[in-house]
Amino acid sequence: MAMAIRSFLICLFILSLTVPTFSLHEDQVGLMDWHQKYIGKVKHAVFQTQKTGRKRVLVSTEENVIASLDLRHGEIFWRHVLGANDAIDGIDTAMTKYAITLSSGGSILRAWNLPDGQMVWECFLQGPSDSKSLLFVPTSSKVDKDNTILVFGKGSLHAVSSIHGEIVWKIDFPSESFEVQEVIQHHDGNTIYVVGFVGSSQFDVYQINAKNGELLKHNSAAIDGGFSGEVSLVSTAKLVVLDAARSTLLTISFQRGEISFQKTYISDLVEDFSGMAVILPSKLTGLFAVKTSTATAFISVSSEGKLEVVDKIMHPTFISNALSISEDQQAFALVWHGDNDIHLNVKQVHDWNSDLLKERIKLDQQRGLVHKVFINNYVRTDKSHGFRALIVMEDHSLLLLQQGKVVWSREDGLASIIGVATSELPVEKEGVSVAKVELNLFEWLKGHMLKVKGSLMLASAEDVAAIQGMRLKSSEKSKMIRDHNGFRKLLIVLTKSGKLFALHTGDGQIVWSLLLNSLRQTEACENPTGINVFQWQVPHHHAMDENPSVLVVGRCGTGTDALGIFSYIDTYTGKELKSFGLDHSVAQVIPLPLTDSTEQLLHLLIDANGQAHLYPRAPEAVSIFQRELSNIYWYSVEADKGLIKGHGLKSNCAGEVADNYCFGTREVWSIVFPSESEKIISTVTRKSNEVVHTQAKVIADQDVMYKYISKNLLFVATVSPKASGDIGSATPGESQLVVYVIDTVTGRILHRMTHHGSQGPVHAVFSENWIVYHYFNLRAHRYEMTVIEIYDQSRADNKDVLKLVLGKHNLSSPVSSYSRPEVTTKSQSYYFTHSIKAIAVTSTAKGITSRHLLIGTIGDQVLAMDKRFFDPRRSVNPTQSEKEEGILPLTDSLPIIPQSYVTHSLKVEGLRGIVTVPAKLESNTLVFTYGVDLFFTRLAPSRTYDSLTEDFSYALLLITIVALVVAIFVTWVLSEKKDLSDKWSKASPPKVCKIYLLPRMKMTDTVTVIWLIFLESLSHSSPSQGQSREHLCAASLPEAISSMTLFPLSPIIENSLTTTSMPQKKHRRSLAQHNFLPEENTNPWVSP
Amino acid sequence: MDKGKAVMGSGRRWAVDFTDNSTLPSSRDIPDPPGFSRASQEQDDSAVAKQKKDAEANWKAQKAWEVAQAPFKNLLMMGFMMWMAGNTVHLFSIGITFSALWQPIGALQGVGKVFEPYKDSKVDLLVPKLVFIALNLGGLALGIWKLNTLGLLPTHASDWVSSLPPAKEVEYSRGGFPLL
Repeated sequence: MAMAIRSFLICLFILSLTVPTFSLHEDQVGLMDWHQKYIGKVKHAVFQTQKTGRKRVLVSTEENVIASLDLRHGEIFWRHVLGANDAIDGIDTAMTKYAITLSSGGSILRAWNLPDGQMVWECFLQGPSDSKSLLFVPTSSKVDKDNTILVFGKGSLHAVSSIHGEIVWKIDFPSESFEVQEVIQHHDGNTIYVVGFVGSSQFDVYQINAKNGELLKHNSAAIDGGFSGEVSLVSTAKLVVLDAARSTLLTISFQRGEISFQKTYISDLVEDFSGMAVILPSKLTGLFAVKTSTATAFISVSSEGKLEVVDKIMHPTFISNALSISEDQQAFALVWHGDNDIHLNVKQVHDWNSDLLKERIKLDQQRGLVHKVFINNYVRTDKSHGFRALIVMEDHSLLLLQQGKVVWSREDGLASIIGVATSELPVEKEGVSVAKVELNLFEWLKGHMLKVKGSLMLASAEDVAAIQGMRLKSSEKSKMIRDHNGFRKLLIVLTKSGKLFALHTGDGQIVWSLLLNSLRQTEACENPTGINVFQWQVPHHHAMDENPSVLVVGRCGTGTDALGIFSYIDTYTGKELKSFGLDHSVAQVIPLPLTDSTEQLLHLLIDANGQAHLYPRAPEAVSIFQRELSNIYWYSVEADKGLIKGHGLKSNCAGEVADNYCFGTREVWSIVFPSESEKIISTVTRKSNEVVHTQAKVIADQDVMYKYISKNLLFVATVSPKASGDIGSATPGESQLVVYVIDTVTGRILHRMTHHGSQGPVHAVFSENWIVYHYFNLRAHRYEMTVIEIYDQSRADNKDVLKLVLGKHNLSSPVSSYSRPEVTTKSQSYYFTHSIKAIAVTSTAKGITSRHLLIGTIGDQVLAMDKRFFDPRRSVNPTQSEKEEGILPLTDSLPIIPQSYVTHSLKVEGLRGIVTVPAKLESNTLVFTYGVDLFFTRLAPSRTYDSLTEDFSYALLLITIVALVVAIFVTWVLSEKKDLSDKWSKASPPKVCKIYLLPRMKMTDTVTVIWLIFLESLSHSSPSQGQSREHLCAASLPEAISSMTLFPLSPIIENSLTTTSMPQKKHRRSLAQHNFLPEENTNPWVSP
Repeated sequence: MDKGKAVMGSGRRWAVDFTDNSTLPSSRDIPDPPGFSRASQEQDDSAVAKQKKDAEANWKAQKAWEVAQAPFKNLLMMGFMMWMAGNTVHLFSIGITFSALWQPIGALQGVGKVFEPYKDSKVDLLVPKLVFIALNLGGLALGIWKLNTLGLLPTHASDWVSSLPPAKEVEYSRGGFPLL
């Protein structure tokens, strides 16, 4: 058995000796992988519908994406993902051909060409201080006139030429904390007003010459009540703010620089007002909206400054900015929810009662509240105005509404995934009909015939296209039932918006989605956030009829001491089974390797006070947990204190109320890092569900090394505090990187290594007994990757074959960290070209297949690298046996093979995480990469050694077998026929070539038995092989006997042989010569 | 072949008596077939018969020795082929090694049959048989040795532990940074 396995492994190894690439052929793209492009939650939108041609909308999002979308279908025309630190503050269009973006806190201004998204120019703005930023593009009637773009950012106001992006002028405001709220252009176009606040009680107006930036006038006034929040500009010289208490409206008018205030109590306007009010940010002439706890009030402002409530809407309401539909007409959209429908009203700004549009739109699925509205108009064929509205929903999806319908929708919540779990699909049951998705036999055969044609190079171009289409559309991969190989699964992803999606791994379709009510804003829970999604119930053995479920953990608020939220979701149906708020905070979620009778996984939640809470809350779970209580530990990493603490569990909680499901903790160990020299920047541990096939590593010359495989190991990287900033912020002399491998049960440090002159960020991955981490080497000015492998020295002497055969070894006895096993580590470093964003390792069902590192590069691609490149036993000149083992010669840098990018030509924009899930088939692993985009593929790190490839032609095999069987049958029939005809044609007695008379033959009186041996055939079987024919004859005597014929000799002799003369002497001599049988030549008894 | 069987199967129609009674005087009414000379047999008498028997025995012994030594040539050829095949595992080396294993085993199984034709009361077949067996065992050993050099025999510790699953851990510990 061992031999078989070994030879199998050796064969595997030989296969793997070939250069490990996973390159796809061009026609294989999209067969196993899918790629979805998203943009994220839209912040700003600018429509471009003036020109003829395709109607577009320019959007910027919270994922720092600027994109141009097709208004007809919602597809992306072009898209740019700015860096994670390059948040977009504003977008606009200039000169109708450029898209202008202001980003990075008002310090970078860029212009993009609208049709194709090429960057035209970029301008860096500098200023004295960080501040709110504002982009203002003055409207101009003339198309190609060089407008200046006004940008407030970093505390100063810049005027930038929109053609070349040069700074025309710049003003620093005298007061450093001046926050610009609005920039207003005067009608004449030469003067601009800049209004803003200093601190929370002073209002300032600056009058500036638009041509040269000369400061014309400065007025300021103190507001005694203070102010807060949003500003609504109701005319070119008037704006409305709320006071600090949010109960009084302040109307500030600054006509020609003169500032005057007017106070109005909200309670005077709105009856039964209490609490706080919020101004909905808008720019409507003479109108603004105030949201109170009960309703949204629309208040008109007359030119004299008189406020008057025009309407109140009791439902949650959102308004858009004003849209000029003609010279003197402005419209705005009003969206409110009622009866589960969305009501969209478009009204004229000046005339509240005029509804330009009133629509009621039914949404097919729950998307929560509307968060933003953008409207655009078009002229209908009857010259009337039509409106389309782009709405951003609570689940971050983007919808285009037109004529009372949802024209298209984009699930852009998927751009901000915060957690991924997987779930199996339902097994095929009798009731589940899959027949309708199957092709009928004829089509199946036709498809396979096409494939055969393709593989025999007979296919025409049309056929090739048909084959490709068939492969891509294969209904097989998107079926809703579990498959034999485990390729079809559900990816359960939790997004930032609190929506849970189930994606099918076959084609990426959304199987179901659910906006979690428990993660929506309520009065009890003001600001709920999702933390992560965990496997909750994974039925596979005795709870087969239960549906699997996942657990979503969230919390009310952002701090670690906010109370937790639990929600269980059935992954087959997408329904929330149960959800409840916890009475404690959530600092850690520890899935335990224990399950109860219904296969629910036990989870331990650690709260901010260090107490452990057991879930599910059931007596059975407690009894299971109590048995293992003394062996369960947890550790906490406090990066700001430079502290890692290990904790054990106590059987009861310290709280006043007796709680069976609460467990106290005791500190077992702690490691304090010196704060002046080390700061924790990264910790990595092994995935708890990782499967390792063997504990032994066979090295050259059949030697064995025992891996130290423990799930309780923690990799910690610390840098000197000076070097914790960006690369280049510290000199090589003052920066160092220290890595530790710590046993988290005992707190024992197994390994410590210092990299002088190196700094973070550190990306690391921990698998089996090895760690690979990536950091920057300041001395070499290059990125480096280091591998650490940990081996168990205490088992190293298990080398006696006999004892191993008899099973007399301790290799399979349970290991305790308290036995302090002696370990050795090996490590080696290599240069690496790329800066990386994420790193992961492939995982397979049994852990037999070799592992690959999946490196998310800075270019948003995923690179697969064989673990063999990260082997501390690599040397410059490996010996023959090491080469046979597969050790590559040492090179100082790691090679990047372009074909081993698993994302091939695609980019996963804004890549944040890589998740690998084992398939049921050992050779395959599923890789899901997420960021702004999603990418999924299937990898076979050691090739598919356990299955035929996807494009294997079964039809060709079948046809070959059938053809062979037919050929065999036909030839058999033919040969039978030929035999028969031969027999008939040789009806005359067969030609007897030789007749031997055996010496010791019995002759009776009446019949002489003569053995007729048809030696001809026998002698032909070994022509002239040097063996004497007598020998052959003797050796095949039994055969001869079976083929002999009996002849009564007397007639023959009488009739024909009596006259034959026979040289007797010669015969005798020959007999004497051979002693056994007569030589053939001497035998004259040859029948004619 | 079928014909013979059919005849045999349908009942005992004839029998061959191998007792040599050719020397006995027989009825002279049937002439001897050509090539058969009763006179000579009669003439040769017992001395000739003895001489003939001796010659036959010699011949058998000689042949038996030849057969017994035949595997030696085989052995040399096998050795040469193994040397040519090299020490890496691939189709040829595995094929050659397995044929080197099967051939001696097959020969050892049929050792009785190989020496069957040379069975004679006067010929001592034991030594040739032993030589034959020894040579074949040598071939077998060569095959096994080759198998070992190819690394296909579980003679190392690595062969017994390579599929040993990792030992279970008593403790379980998880944790990390507080979740944000």
